[in-house]
Amino acid sequence: MKAAKWVVALVVTLLSGGQVLAADAIRIGAIFSVTGPASFLGEPERNTLVMLQDKVNAAGGVNGQQVEVIVYDDESDVNKCVMAAKKLLDQDGVSVVIGPSISGNTLAISKFFSSAEVPLVSCAAAEKIVKPVDPWVFNTPQLDRHAVTKILQNAKAKGFSKLAILTVSDGYGQAGRAVLNELIPAGGFQLVADEVYGPKDTDMTAQLTKIKGASPDAIICWGTNPGPAVVARNRVQLGLTTPLYMSHGVASDKFIELAGDAAEGLILPAGRLVAVDLVPADHPQKPVLDAYVADYAKAYNAPVSSFGGYAHDAFALVLEAVRKGGSAKAADIRDNLEKIAGFAGVSGVYTYGPENHNGLDESAFIMVTIKNGTWNVTE
Amino acid sequence: MDPSSLLQYLITGLTLGSTYGLTALGFTIIFNTTGVINFAQGEFVMLGGMMSVYFTRVLGLGEPVAVVLAVVGATVAGALVERLAIRPVRDCPTINLIIITIGVSILIRGLAMLAWGKDTHVLEPFSGDRPIMVLGAAVMPQALWVLAVSLLLLAGLKAFFSGTIHGKAMLACSHDPKAASLVGIGVQRMVLLSFMISALVGAVGGVILTPITMTSYDVGIMLGLKGFAACILGGLGNPFGAAAGGVILGVLESLGAGFVSSAYKDALAFVILLALLFVKPSGLFGLKDTKRV
Repeated sequence: MKAAKWVVALVVTLLSGGQVLAADAIRIGAIFSVTGPASFLGEPERNTLVMLQDKVNAAGGVNGQQVEVIVYDDESDVNKCVMAAKKLLDQDGVSVVIGPSISGNTLAISKFFSSAEVPLVSCAAAEKIVKPVDPWVFNTPQLDRHAVTKILQNAKAKGFSKLAILTVSDGYGQAGRAVLNELIPAGGFQLVADEVYGPKDTDMTAQLTKIKGASPDAIICWGTNPGPAVVARNRVQLGLTTPLYMSHGVASDKFIELAGDAAEGLILPAGRLVAVDLVPADHPQKPVLDAYVADYAKAYNAPVSSFGGYAHDAFALVLEAVRKGGSAKAADIRDNLEKIAGFAGVSGVYTYGPENHNGLDESAFIMVTIKNGTWNVTE
Repeated sequence: MDPSSLLQYLITGLTLGSTYGLTALGFTIIFNTTGVINFAQGEFVMLGGMMSVYFTRVLGLGEPVAVVLAVVGATVAGALVERLAIRPVRDCPTINLIIITIGVSILIRGLAMLAWGKDTHVLEPFSGDRPIMVLGAAVMPQALWVLAVSLLLLAGLKAFFSGTIHGKAMLACSHDPKAASLVGIGVQRMVLLSFMISALVGAVGGVILTPITMTSYDVGIMLGLKGFAACILGGLGNPFGAAAGGVILGVLESLGAGFVSSAYKDALAFVILLALLFVKPSGLFGLKDTKRV
């Protein structure tokens, strides 16, 4: 029993980074899916936040105040997420909450924040989180709408008019499909085929054969690994030469590994974090990107992911609001978040406003082409 | 609808179906010996694929060596499953054993995730990825490998069960373990052997399928489910029925995606499966007196 107490004391000391926190530290709550099916989102997000907390405190904090981050793991479970949110709001008395990692969990807890009058900065991408605008709820990831807009701009520039879409039947694919179905006709394009595949499917030649029959100018595939890699391979196997666009969901080196030679010539929108080396030195995001990549590699000896970037930006935006407004009160943080303009994060340059709680537009993406097994900027 | 599209749907269905059929073959061996449906069969397939990826990528071994090691490794895993999970409870009713295999499948999946992570991996196709064009439809060389290996395994199993003393002994065990042991068959040894052979068949399938389906720690769920459906469709316990059931299921899915809707292709295939089982509950090639669970 005694040993157990010592272990607990030791863990607590380690978790607090060995720092004695000032009584008036800025308390920031966070809920991430560190374990469970969505741990690929939550783990880098948690790591990023802990790393940034130590970095800020070592540099003397914000406005002379130390920052205390309280992270809860919702285990990718909506009920645990609700409990964590209540605990942060009722017991821990935090002035702002970052997270959750998943859109469903964010939507389940967002209603608590207006009654508690505490701002929530979510790391989940669903458009419903910020549309219609809830005064107390913000998010940081790029929206599907931005990626689709970017793809359609590229398609328009190339003179394509007939488009086919192939989307995965999970949450990510269906959200993308809805936006594609809205923006393709709105952009003056003709949607000639709308095909779907299952997240675990291993062969999409049937769908591609059907698309081939509709003879589109280009195909847009919306999914996360490994499905799009199968689509890329099947396209080459069928001898299709129709240009293929992918979504930002596969913008990682893993996709090139899975698709192999079939990835050659594919075009997709990607956040700048994926291709840091391709960002010009005078771009406003460049110093932020370089610092994040270097810090993360030093702290965890692992490559960064765009998901960790969402937590990075949420934390940076909150601190910017505190710094600018000179106040760490919940209501002041909310007001000052809305005043942030032209703030460079790793996912893009944020400009929040009373009617814009996402802060990004399609310029958060660059169009990249895969050539010789690596990323190349197309514009 | 032009004829080359129709041909492409059929070929796609055949490729897809042979992956289901190959997984389904493994189910029949254990079922024929014990009457147990081994829901960890998909995990044997996964082990074959993941281990060959591990041996080639991480340990840097040549592909043939890696494949042999992976198949041997999965066979050992099959033996361990029988010794550690099935033998201690061998006197329980069949239904308990089936539920235990579900637990085993979750355990193997969890261990694989801890050992090799959650990423998806791919193996290079054995004879390149340049498609062979047949009347305007593309056939992948790897699909021919899958078909050929499925046929070989099928012939091998057929010969084993009807031509060898061990195979006949295994069949005897499934009909009546007590009577089998009375005539001098080592029932426990036969059960162990059946788990090893079905793990071996599964792992061979896993290796051949990985260039087409890719592999990850959880690939066994889908393959196991579709393979099981193929078994039911063809008639449980009949290796030929399992392979044929897989091909039929694959072709149904592919035609469903091509002619009806890709969003409902799985539903369509399973509706036809259900309808068929209403008419012929023992499966297409199942015997009337087949013991079913």
